[in-house]
Amino acid sequence: MSFRHAKTTLLGVLVLCALASAATSHLNPYAYWLNVAYSIGINIILAVSLNLINGHTGQFSLGHAGFMAVGAYTAAIITNHVGTVSPLVANLLFPGALLAGGLAAALAGLLVGLPTLRLRGDYLAIVTLGFGEIIRVVLQNMDAVGGSRGYSVTHFWTNTFWAFGLAAVTIYVIGALVNSTYGRGFIAVHDDEIAAEAMGINTTKYKVTAFVVGAFFAGIAGGLFAHSTLYLTPTGFGFMQSIAFVVMVILGGMGNTAGVVLAAILLTLLPEGLRFLAAVHIPGLAAERPLAWIADTRMIIYSLLLILLMLARPQGLFGAKGLRARK
Amino acid sequence: MTEFLQQLINGLADGSVLALIALGYTMVYGILRFINFAHGDVFMLGAFAGYYLAPLVANDLHVKLPSIGGALLVFVIVMTLCAGIGIFIERLAYRPLRKRPKLTVLITAIGVSLFLEYTGQFVFGAAPKKFPELLPAQPLPSIAGLSLNTNQLVILGTTLLLLGALRFIVMNTRMGRAMRAVSYNPEAAALMGVNTDVVISFTFGLGSALAAAAGLLYSMTYPSIDPLMGIFPGLKAFVAAVLGGIGNLPGAALGGFIIGITETLVSGYLSSTYRDAIAFAVLILILLFKPSGLLGKKVVEKV
Repeated sequence: MSFRHAKTTLLGVLVLCALASAATSHLNPYAYWLNVAYSIGINIILAVSLNLINGHTGQFSLGHAGFMAVGAYTAAIITNHVGTVSPLVANLLFPGALLAGGLAAALAGLLVGLPTLRLRGDYLAIVTLGFGEIIRVVLQNMDAVGGSRGYSVTHFWTNTFWAFGLAAVTIYVIGALVNSTYGRGFIAVHDDEIAAEAMGINTTKYKVTAFVVGAFFAGIAGGLFAHSTLYLTPTGFGFMQSIAFVVMVILGGMGNTAGVVLAAILLTLLPEGLRFLAAVHIPGLAAERPLAWIADTRMIIYSLLLILLMLARPQGLFGAKGLRARK
Repeated sequence: MTEFLQQLINGLADGSVLALIALGYTMVYGILRFINFAHGDVFMLGAFAGYYLAPLVANDLHVKLPSIGGALLVFVIVMTLCAGIGIFIERLAYRPLRKRPKLTVLITAIGVSLFLEYTGQFVFGAAPKKFPELLPAQPLPSIAGLSLNTNQLVILGTTLLLLGALRFIVMNTRMGRAMRAVSYNPEAAALMGVNTDVVISFTFGLGSALAAAAGLLYSMTYPSIDPLMGIFPGLKAFVAAVLGGIGNLPGAALGGFIIGITETLVSGYLSSTYRDAIAFAVLILILLFKPSGLLGKKVVEKV
């Protein structure tokens, strides 16, 4: 992907997000479709940041939800100390809290990244999964944040600007990182770790960097998540959630940013779409809700689609690294 | 001291269940080099097969339950059934992907796992069910203040028996030799006339039968079963397999016992709420110092 106009595009997107945010500010922030929209932005951040670790750098992390949890709880702890403030002050404080959440998650990423240097493939996968689970269990045992009862977040500060603006920033930063001279190292580690090492690339540094940067953005997404759902439970950040993010990356195509963004959107909308279908009434049919069976079977459908996708198109719907190859 | 021994006994019972599941993971990994994520769900299917089979055995076959003969019959049928399911899963989902990258197969396995869990919730219902009594659990006379019951002895005994049987199959039979050959070098084994497809099917069947047995043993101790019950024992068993050195059979059994005992000791002496994190903490600690697991061989990557 050409990055020549990326900065201009990013600015344009940010302005658009600000406009969209202003246009939706008078709406009820709890509106269902608005929350689906926030989820899309948040999931884009998570999928694109995981794509740096799993896609571009070729590592296999199964603990992304853990980083998200660290960011979510950190940001929520900070903003819960703030009383009622005007929207302007909120919009000034919020990025600070998100940043703190991101940094805390990045620290967790460093902790995971360092010991995993010696591990590859499946071993790495199971250790990152383990770290994610440890984070969850530790949160469950932290009484200060409600333990397994969950933690209420006071402020609904996520809005269209932050959700989509930060998604755009994530795409830009990770895109710029991978496309830079420095970033060739990630791809070298992905393509052939031994060859990269032989060429003098510090593979260790690149792997840890991927983990730290990926975790940072996952933490930011966690902060956004906390301030739109307003209720955090440790079990919500289990490994099933991590797997959902991995599926987004696989579906979009490893290392293919545009594909991963599309997959994140698609996979956020799919369950909602199926829920909608289950409630739909078709005139002329005897049954009140003829598609109600979808509600019970939508997760079965999801898992079957996943298996069929892997059988039919293992490179993901949009192909691995499709856009980068077309430089 | 008595309390410590008591915890140790409880840990051994939990550990033997993990060891049985871990063997399935490690066998499949040894041969195909991939994590069969759906293995924990075969464990769940074993428990549910027992749940639905026990009344059939008691009412239609007129075999008395709980009794030793009845329990034996349930074990044999359930293990055979789950072996079939394991072979079926491999044939349908994994075999078409044999030559694909490992990651593709791993994601497929996650898909199969989700499929089994959600189909289980749909078919069996999400609410926990009470597992029927297969064997009458009787407290044994306490020795030196230790309380033991027959179920714990049965679990430990069955596990040792199955471990012995597995060792015999792998080390002393034609099929076992073929399994070792395929795990050592699949291409060379195929050239020597080993039918790799049959060997792989057999491995899946064997692993699934062990998982099913583990499911029944587990449900005898913790009689509340639900379609998601396989997730955590499955994960911990996989951790146990990695801990022992994945692909190594004695390692998997050892890892299972280590995790089971550590978990019981930690929840007994420190805090039971940290129980679910213990397995992973032990894993990370050991991998830090020995990345190939306790009994695993260090693989030198050749360019």
